[in-house]
Order: sequence, then structure tokens, then C-alpha cells
Amino acid sequence: MKNGTTNVLIVGVGGQGVLLASEMLCEVAKVLGLDTKKSEVHGMSQRGGVVTSHVRFGKKVYSPLIAEGEADVILGFEIAEALRWVHYLRPGGTIIVNEQKIIPPITTTGKFSYPEKVEETIQKRVPKTTIIDAYSIALKLGNARLVNTILLGVLSNAIDLEEEKWLQVIERMAPKGTGEINKKAFIEGRAIK
Amino acid sequence: MAVGASYGGARSLAAMKHVGVNVAADPLMTLSYTGVGAGLILVSADDPSLHSSQNEQDNRYYGKFASIPVLEPADSQESLDMMKDAFEMSEKFDTPVLFRMTTRISHSKGLVKIGERRTNKHAGFEKNIAKYVMVPSNAAVRHKIVIERLEALKAFAETSPLNKVEMGDKKVGIVTGSAAYQYAKEVMPGASFLKLGVGYPLPMKKIADFARQVERLFVVEELEPFYEEQILAAGIPCEGKKWFSNFMELNVERVRDGFIAAGVLPKSAAPPKQTEETVLPRPPVLCPGCPHRGVSMALRKVGVVVTGDIGCYTLSALPPLETVDTCLCMGASISHAFGIEKAKKTKKKAVAMIGDSTFLHSGITALANVVYNRGETTTIIVDNRITAMTGGQDHPGTSKTLMGEKTNAVDLEEICRAVGVEHVRKIDPYDQEETIKILKEEIDRPAASVIITTRPCMLFPSKIKTERIFRVALEKCTACGACFRIGCPAISAAEEKNEKGRPKAQIDPELCTGCSLCFQVCSSEAIVEVEK
Repeated sequence: MKNGTTNVLIVGVGGQGVLLASEMLCEVAKVLGLDTKKSEVHGMSQRGGVVTSHVRFGKKVYSPLIAEGEADVILGFEIAEALRWVHYLRPGGTIIVNEQKIIPPITTTGKFSYPEKVEETIQKRVPKTTIIDAYSIALKLGNARLVNTILLGVLSNAIDLEEEKWLQVIERMAPKGTGEINKKAFIEGRAIK
Repeated sequence: MAVGASYGGARSLAAMKHVGVNVAADPLMTLSYTGVGAGLILVSADDPSLHSSQNEQDNRYYGKFASIPVLEPADSQESLDMMKDAFEMSEKFDTPVLFRMTTRISHSKGLVKIGERRTNKHAGFEKNIAKYVMVPSNAAVRHKIVIERLEALKAFAETSPLNKVEMGDKKVGIVTGSAAYQYAKEVMPGASFLKLGVGYPLPMKKIADFARQVERLFVVEELEPFYEEQILAAGIPCEGKKWFSNFMELNVERVRDGFIAAGVLPKSAAPPKQTEETVLPRPPVLCPGCPHRGVSMALRKVGVVVTGDIGCYTLSALPPLETVDTCLCMGASISHAFGIEKAKKTKKKAVAMIGDSTFLHSGITALANVVYNRGETTTIIVDNRITAMTGGQDHPGTSKTLMGEKTNAVDLEEICRAVGVEHVRKIDPYDQEETIKILKEEIDRPAASVIITTRPCMLFPSKIKTERIFRVALEKCTACGACFRIGCPAISAAEEKNEKGRPKAQIDPELCTGCSLCFQVCSSEAIVEVEK
């Protein structure tokens, strides 16, 4: 947390819910009265491309982008994507990764292959790594689409924002009729240390 | 239409990306002469780093080119605040205003305080032939007014609070604007700043004043040296593109590196560079079940030059399809194919591939040109009934307005016949045999022809999930790779390999839409329908 600004980089693949998660995080920061900026480019995201969302909050935020080596937390919805952006993490930063693997069609050309031992590489580089199987937790809770609130729950332990505000925002922003189950998913994620 | 609305008394705004202004440049250049009725803003979103564009042009030059003011907001709040200023400026100086955004400003969110809505009073269109009818005699008079207006705008820029001086350490002075201001402010919080909100005309006296007060003057701007060249031309020494490249968008790292290279910041200002991991690319792909895939597969099979256009189907230029051979601007596909035909040098025939909304936007005139000049070009309109690439907007062919109201739809087939195309046929791109057959017939035909596809987008307006899905019977799969070459995200390499070590295929049942294209290319009957 440089100059009082917190930098969270959320990464994943189009269609995983990265953008809604970053939207919720911003809202929590906003409700707490912090200057908040986020930036993402997602023109191609629905076509299976890489999605990143830069979220910054603090007393006064200038750049909407996080600089390389300055992210306090990286939240990865997909494990190879977390690896792709790992150089954005500051020394001593935290990385939270959903262990899901999404293998892009480009692998069928035989020219590229999905990286091996991604977990080990990340753990070796980042002492503060949490790898979770958010998908299984979501299924246990009865809905595969809860992955992003579970991940937000895990994220909430790495940054200093009030739990009560998180729950209010999730209730308000979750798709209609899913407020309660999403809050439960958040609490489930928050229980993972 | 924005011009008409402005002439008619409504405050108007037309928004487009940078390349859109190229199309709008014809009216824009003369609109500068007529001036406005009620305030008129042209919002141009430039795309440094070509996040999703065909070039990195800097549209501030249009302001100078057309002698109209350019405003450059640096964040969300300024985008709102400056818009009010822009309308007032437009009405006060009787000029359109170029409101220059960039991808980073448009695709960022920040906190915004909203204010009171202010509107203008305007009685509607007032007859004024000398102002609104740009025949040479009137236009010459108006040009003089434009030149005088620019002088008035210069005086305005000198005193406008949109150009803010933030005095700090006088060793370094930074002239900057737009997103570049944010990066520079983050990197050099203690320096002196002249933040330009009016990007054109520049407040040259204010800049000269600022320059006199600081030891070294830097210009930090994205893309071209637009400020820098003008400041240098005014005889004020400054340093800009030498340290801050005109290639791709700036960010904190690049601005910091620039100040380190310039000797302003110590090397230690940058955190130690961390190694990047090599991770496979994840290029955007056509969706599972995308009807464009069927067309591209058939075109590959037939073996023609495919001139492309702006839309999702451009993605079939990427591996493994690699079908589309050109992409330049909206509407170019038909003219490209016709030009290749007229050049008479290429053995293969050229076929144009254009989407429904792009065809309606700027393909019709090119098609009329083919017919008029006795061309034999085959045009394929890949009609998925939506503007998919930009997020699923309606268009004049979908029978719905952008506000969701019902409206009359343009009939593509009738339009093609109306411009004189005698051979218009429809195909189902999910039926490869029929698609290839019809393509061959029309390509061989010595007359202009149009083929219209009939399958809708799988994603917009709502996701389509068919009843069927397919799976791979691994015992039959020979790992020939034919289904890999159609580039479907639902198909991936299975763990199981054939005797040569090549991976067999597998289909993700969650992603499969049942289009059956892979089933049709599999020669070993290994792809079978999942029985319910």
C-alpha cells in the first residue's frame, strides 16, 4: 500500500465474472468514502480473451492503472492468468487464485501448450499465495455462479475494508433473488485463511 | 443528424471512436464554417495501444485541421464537468467542439459528483442562408469568421480555468493533459504542472509564462507530439517525445522511465523489474456455434481471396481458420474484392465478407459500384441479425431501435436487388455441403452476386442453446486434427493420444451448442451426438 493507495488487480478469462467482482470491490471502497478508480479493457472479453481489471482506492487516486510491481493483491479467476500477471505484484504482496484451468482453443494448433506446474511456479515466487477450489465450494453451495463472491470473500481478508459494507454491497449488487446465497458464499470465502 | 438537431435548436452530441471521425470528417470540416444552432459536441474516443482498433491516430489534429476547439478530460469527473463547459463554449463561439477521450478515460470508472442540469433556450431552426448554405460565395465569408473565431478561442484558452497551473518544485515543469496528466502526477507529485483542459488552441502565453518559471520544461502527452510541436514552433524550448514515446498508450511505468532517462528521477525510482512468466496467448476467438465459422470453413475449402470488413468475422483471420485476407475500414470488403477483380492479376477469385450492420453502415454504395461497373464480385453478407462485436447493438436490419422500440427493418435481399444485383441467394452456414456448393456456383458466375447467411448470433441478443450436443468417441478418433482446425472453443486436446503421440479431441458439453460443424468435418465418424 504505497502512499495510502491500495491496488488490486483482478484477472481471468472473458465470461468468468471478473468485471462484476471488480465492480463490487469498487462499490465497497466508494461506500467507505474512499477515492476509487478502476480501469479495464474488455472489447474482446466475451470471445474468450484475457480480462484484467485494475482497481485502486485510497485518499486520492491519480492513475487508473496499477503499475508493474505495485499491486498489493492479485485475484486470479484462472490459474494461468494469475501467472501471466504475477510480475504486477509488489514484493510482499498477496496472490489469491482460483485453481480452475481454462484451456484456450489455440492449444489445438500444437504451437502452444497450457503451462505446467502453474501452482508451484506461483507458490515459489509468492510466499503469500492462497490457491482455492472456488468451483467446488460453489457447487457445494448449490450454484456454480457463486465463484466470484467466494473469491471476493477470500480477497476481503487481504485488504482492509469492513465486512458489514461488503455484505451490504453484495446484497445490493447480486443478481435479483441471489442476495442471501451470495452473502453466504462471501462468508464461506472469508473463512478461508 | 447531430448537425441537423443542433441547427434545429437541440444541444447535440455525436460520439464515435477515432476512426469514426474519418468518416465524419467531410461534414466536420465545413460544419466548422457554418457553426452551430444549439451547442454541438463531437466526442472522439482515441485508442492509444489499439486495444480494439485498426490504428492509433491522434484526433487532436482534427481540431487544428478544422479550426475548432478541443477539450481533453483527464478522468470521469472532468468528463462530466467539461461537457458542460463544452456546450457553453460551442454556443458562445458558434463552433462545434471536439471532445477528445481516450480508451483509458472511457474505460475507467471513478467517483463523480453530479450537478444541476442546465439547458439552453432555443426557438428551433432559424432561416439564415448565409450561415447554413455553404455554396462558395457564402463559405468564403464564413471562412473569415472561422479565422476570427480561432483568435477569440485563443484568448479564451489563455484565461480559461480548464488550463490549470499547479506550481510545485520549479526544477521541473510539466505541460500535460488527458490520462497522461494522471500518470505524470503519480510519478512526479512534487513537480510544477500546467494541466491543459483545452487541448486546442493552446494558451501559448500561459505556457510561455509557465516555461519561464521552471528550469526544465517537459511535455507529457499520449500519441503524437501535438502540444510539443506547437510549443516548439512558438519558440519555447521543451522536451517531450524524446522521453515519452508516441507509440502506444502511456502509463506510470513509461512516464517514470522517461523521467529517469531524462535524468530527472534517479534509477532507484523504479521498483526492481520482475520477470514475466511466459504464458500461452489467449487470442479472442469466434464463439462456439458462431455462424461465421461455417462461412470461413467453406471459403477455406473453396480457396479464394477473402476481403474482410469490421466485425467478429475478422477473427477468422487468426489461426487456425486464417481465412480473412484483408481488413482496412468499415465497408472496404466489397470494394477490395472488386478492385482485386479489376486488377486482373490474381488467379484466385476475391470474395467479400461483410456483416449485416457493416453492410448497412457502409457497404451498400460499394455494392452499387460493383453492379454499375459491370463487376462479377461475389459478396457474402454474414447476417447474424445483430452488431455482435461491439456488444450486441440493434441496427436498421433488426426491427428494433437502440432504445428497444419496434421499427421497420431493412430487407437485405431487397436492398441487394434494388442496387441491381440479380443473383441473391441465402445459405445456412451450418450446412457445409450446401454452403460450399452455392459458394462455388456464385463465385463462378460471370455476374455480381450476393449470398446472405441465415443463422443468428449465438451470443446476442440472448445466448442460444440448441437441444443437441456432440461428444467425441475416443475409440474412433484418429487424432487427425480436422476438428481442431475449425477453431471452436468447445473443442480441445484430450489426454489420450494416437500411436504417433498426437492428441485426440474432446468436446466440452458446457460449451457445445450443437452447430454440428465439427461433426461434418470428421471423416472417421468419431464425433457423435449425445443421446438424451
